[in-house]
Amino acid sequence: MSATLIPAIISAAEGGDGEFVPPGPSSFDLPPIDGLGDVTKPMLLVVLSAIIIIGFTVLSSRKAAVVPGRLQFAGEAVYGFVRNSLARDNIGAEHYMKFVPYLFSLFLFILVNNYYGVIPFLQFPSFSRIGFIVPLALITWLLYIGAGVYAHGPVGYLKHATMPGGITGPILLLLVPLEFISNILVRPFTLTLRLFGNMFAGHLLLILFATGGAALLTSGNIGYGVVGVLSFGLGIAVSFLEMLVMFLQAYVFTLLASMYIGEALADEH
Amino acid sequence: MEGSLNLVGLGLAAIGPGVGIGLIFAAFISGVARQPEARGNLQSIAILGFVLAEALFIITVALAFVL
Repeated sequence: MSATLIPAIISAAEGGDGEFVPPGPSSFDLPPIDGLGDVTKPMLLVVLSAIIIIGFTVLSSRKAAVVPGRLQFAGEAVYGFVRNSLARDNIGAEHYMKFVPYLFSLFLFILVNNYYGVIPFLQFPSFSRIGFIVPLALITWLLYIGAGVYAHGPVGYLKHATMPGGITGPILLLLVPLEFISNILVRPFTLTLRLFGNMFAGHLLLILFATGGAALLTSGNIGYGVVGVLSFGLGIAVSFLEMLVMFLQAYVFTLLASMYIGEALADEH
Repeated sequence: MEGSLNLVGLGLAAIGPGVGIGLIFAAFISGVARQPEARGNLQSIAILGFVLAEALFIITVALAFVL
């Protein structure tokens, strides 16, 4: 599936001693590209995604007309989806426009980088390397905490985030640390791990079906060959599942980001 | 038999979120069957619940390879 896997398939198929090496976390350690120093494939893919997104948004909005063309319609559909069903519904009609640019670029960035996993020849979801996700989660974390501090003041936000309304008495001793951990400490970790885990596990599954199928087909045993065909078929089925998951993860990351912002901005009730 | 005991734990850890996600979508389907016009509202809630239940398993996936 990736550049390292073609030799892996061959070695799995021909293998010095005929031994099949199952893919593992090491399948994600791609070697640097020749002649580019330390630059690896995921780095290039992330840069390419920025070019794709800028190109798409500029092209779809350059000749804005009252009666939209195809590209403008597609751009407006994505923008409208993020603005209306993610930002406005979760942040509230008063403040949401300030956050739409961030949420829109976040959504497109994750979407394009996830779909690299099923595009032929690219075939490596760059977000299966956790380092690319950590900054996104940190920016989101800073953004919602910043929004909360801006709306309520530092002490006010801390109180807003850790003290659920209408609760008094000694139970607060238990509740305040729990709310602090779940609302402030754990959120960036779950944001990161959710996207990473989905991309990592999905891509690992695809590699497994592809290399396992190749190893079975070339094993020379007719019974193994039949199972190898089955493995390729399942790999195709899993690819469709992955396409759903890739969209869902981009949607969910943006949804959670807008929910956190909306929660931080909400007034006490 | 070779392999890591972590992966057995990974398989066991998939049971809980599997049951949870099944319950979430069962509730979503019966909700839509009773009140089809509420589909839009229910869908985002269902996906949110699905994601939160799935997070448990995803954390296990990460830990299974790290530890």
